[in-house]
Amino acid sequence: MKKKALCLLLACAMTFSLAACGGKGGETSAPAEDRTETEAPAEAGDDTEAPAASGGAVFKVGGIGPTTGGAAVYGMAVQRGAEIAVEEINAAGGINGVQIEFQFQDDEHDPEKSVNAYNTLKDWGMQLLVGSVTSNPCIAVGEKTHEDNLFQLTPSGTAVKCVQYDNAFRMCFSDPNQGLESAKYIGENKLASKVAVIYDSSDPYSAGIYEAFRAEAENQDFEIVTEAKDGAFDASNKTDFSVQVSAAKNAGAELLYMPFYYTEASLVLKECKKQSYAPVFFGVDGMDGILSVENFDTSLAEDLMYMAPFVANSDDEQVKSFVTKYQEQFNEVPNQFAADAYDCIYVLKAAMEEAGVTPDMDASAICDAMKTAMTGITFDGITGKGISWEASGEPNKAPLIVQIKGGEGVAL
Amino acid sequence: MKMKALSKNTRSNLITYGMVVTAYVVMEILLKAGMVSSLLRGLLVPLCMYVILAVSLNLVVGISGELSLGHAGFMCVGAFSSALFSLCMKEAVPAGALRFFLAILIGAAAGALFGFLIGVPVLRLRGDYLAIVTLAFGEIIKNVVNIIFLGRDVNGFHISIEDAFSLNMEPGGEVLINGPQGITGTPQDSSFFIGIVLILITLFVVINMVNSRTGRAIMAIRDNRIAAESVGINVTKYKLLAFTVSASLAGVAGVLYAHNLSTLAAQPKNFGYNMSIMILVFVVLGGIGNIRGSIIAAVVLTLLPEMLRSLNDYRMLMYAVVLIATMIFTSSPGGQAFRERYSLKALIGRKNQEKEA
Repeated sequence: MKKKALCLLLACAMTFSLAACGGKGGETSAPAEDRTETEAPAEAGDDTEAPAASGGAVFKVGGIGPTTGGAAVYGMAVQRGAEIAVEEINAAGGINGVQIEFQFQDDEHDPEKSVNAYNTLKDWGMQLLVGSVTSNPCIAVGEKTHEDNLFQLTPSGTAVKCVQYDNAFRMCFSDPNQGLESAKYIGENKLASKVAVIYDSSDPYSAGIYEAFRAEAENQDFEIVTEAKDGAFDASNKTDFSVQVSAAKNAGAELLYMPFYYTEASLVLKECKKQSYAPVFFGVDGMDGILSVENFDTSLAEDLMYMAPFVANSDDEQVKSFVTKYQEQFNEVPNQFAADAYDCIYVLKAAMEEAGVTPDMDASAICDAMKTAMTGITFDGITGKGISWEASGEPNKAPLIVQIKGGEGVAL
Repeated sequence: MKMKALSKNTRSNLITYGMVVTAYVVMEILLKAGMVSSLLRGLLVPLCMYVILAVSLNLVVGISGELSLGHAGFMCVGAFSSALFSLCMKEAVPAGALRFFLAILIGAAAGALFGFLIGVPVLRLRGDYLAIVTLAFGEIIKNVVNIIFLGRDVNGFHISIEDAFSLNMEPGGEVLINGPQGITGTPQDSSFFIGIVLILITLFVVINMVNSRTGRAIMAIRDNRIAAESVGINVTKYKLLAFTVSASLAGVAGVLYAHNLSTLAAQPKNFGYNMSIMILVFVVLGGIGNIRGSIIAAVVLTLLPEMLRSLNDYRMLMYAVVLIATMIFTSSPGGQAFRERYSLKALIGRKNQEKEA
C-alpha cells in the first residue's frame, strides 16, 4: 500500500515536472509564435514612428473560439480573420497611435473550457474580448464578462442570450432575426404559398432560426405544410435525407427552407434531385460555402437563395482586399466567420476611437466607455454598410439575399 | 505514538481526508493573499466536480469490479434535474444557500433513481457486456434530455418532445428546457467551499462503505462471485447498492457542474461517452480501487491541458503524450521494474544496506 502510494507520488511528480517544462517552454516561445504581435509593430516602426507617449503600452485584445475539435473550422476562421485585421491596423499605426496585441485561446466548443480560456486571457491582461465564436460557450463566457464588466463583442454567437447583458454586443444576426427576416422576405416577395422546413433539431442555431421562422410565418402570406417532426434531423443522422425530402414533396411544398449548414444542405439538394423534386430552395447564412463542397455538382445549387452577411466575390474594395490577403496567407476563400471576425476588430477600433480610451485604463473603465461609444458609431465593413448598434447589443444591418446564378453567388 | 495505535487502514484514510483539507486551506490562504491566477480560480469548482466523479466511479470500477462507461449519463441527470429545480425556484427561494442545498439533494436523488432503474437490468451482465450496455444507457440519457421541451406559464407546466411550439403556451410563459439548447440562466451557486464539503462527504460515504460489512461483501463478490454466493451474500443487492450510490454521487457532481456555468446543454463533450471515458481515465491512472489515487489523478489531469495552454496547437498532443507516458511508467511491467529499482524507498534501502555493510 505504502509502496503504491509512493509510486503514485513519483508518477505525479513526473507529470507535474513535465507540465512545468511545458509551461516554461511555452512562455518563452509565445512571442515568437504569435506572428501578429511581433511582426506588426516592427513593420509599423518602419512606416511611422510610434508616438512616444504610448511607448510600450498596447491594447490587449483577446479572442476565444474552438481551434480543435468538431467546430474547429469556425474558430480557426475567426482567429485568422481577426489576425489579418490586427496586422492591418498595427501596420497603419494602431488605434490612436497605440498598437494592438491579440491573443486567441482554444475552447474546444465547450462552455467549461471557454470559461477557462477566458480566465487565461484575463491573467494575460486582456482589456477587450472578441468571442466566443459558438453560442453556448458564448453565453457561459458572457456571464463572466458581465461579472468583471469587460467589453465583449462576439463575431458569431447567434443565440439570443449571447448578448443578454449590456457589456456584450454582436457582429452577426441573431438566430430569431434570421428566421424573422427570411420569413418576411419569402412572404413579401411571394416566393411560395406552401413552405416545407428541414432543420437540425439538435443544433441550437438551426432550431433557433426554425422557431422564429415558424412564429413569423403566421403573420405572412404562406403556410408551413410539414410538421416539425417530418423535417427534423439531428447530429447523429445527417447523411440520409430521403425521409425529410419525400415528406416535403408529398405535402406539395413549393419552397424548401433550409436553416442549417452547407454540408448537410448539399446532401439535401442531391436527394431532391434523386426524387426529381424541384422546389425553390432558401437557406440562411450557414449556406455560405455550398459551392466549395467537394464532389458536389454545383449545378444542383443553381437558383438557390440564401441570406448572407458576406459575399466573397463581391466587387466591394474592402472585401476584395480582405479576400486577397486571406487567400495569400491561408490559401482558401474566407467564410463568413472570418469576415465577421475581421469586422469585429475594426468595430473595436472605431468604438475605441469614439470612446477615446487609452491603454492604461483598466478593463472595466474601457467597458463603460465602450458601452456608450458602441451605440454612437456607424460602421462600414465587409459584412454590411452603415451598421449601427442598439444598447441591447443587436446590430442593425440590412440582410443580404444571395442567389446562385451560373455557379456564383450574386447579391439580389 | 498515537498514529501507530490506529490501524493501517484508518491511518491511510485520515491521510486522504487530511490531503483534501490541506489543499482547501492552502488554496484559501493563497486566494486571500491574491496569489491565485484567474484561470486556477475558475478551475476550482470543476476540480471538485471531477474529484467527486472519479471517487464515485472508483466505487463501481475499483471496489465492485464492474466496468461502467455510463457515468456521465448520471451526471447529466443530476445536472438537469437540479438546474431545472433552481430555475423554477429562483423567485420562490431567494436564499442561495438553501436553494442550492435542496438542489444537491434533488440531484443526488435523481442520480440514485436512474442508477437504480438502470442498474436492475444492467447488473445481470458482467464484464464487457456490462460496459457496452452502460455505454448505451449513458448515450440514451443524453439523447432523451436533448429532445425534451419543457415550459411553464400561468396554467402550469407543459412538456413536449417535438419543439417549443407544441408546448402551446400562453403568452408570457417561459421555456425552461429548450431541447438541444438546454437550460440557460441557472443561478451560479457553486463555490469552492461547497465543492470541498461535497468531496469530504463523498469520501466519507465511499470510504466508510468500503470498510464496512457492505464493502467487504461487495469486494467478496468482485473477487469470487461463486464463493460469495455460497456463503449467502445477496449478489444483486450489493452490486446494485454500489452502483446506485455511485450514480447518486455522480448526480451531485452534475449539480456542481450545472450551477457553475449559466448554460447547460447535453453535448457529446460534457455528457457523452467522451466524458465517461475521461472519468474512467482518472480512475485507471490513479489506480483502480485506490481512492486517494483517483483524487490526485483527477486534479492532475484536469489541470494539465489548462497548464499546457501556452503550447497553443500542440496542447492536446502533449496531453496525450503525457497520458501515454504516465500509463507506461505506472502500469507496464517494464515501467514497474524501473520504478522498483529507482524508487526513493529502494534507494534509501540500498543506502541503509551499504551502511550496515
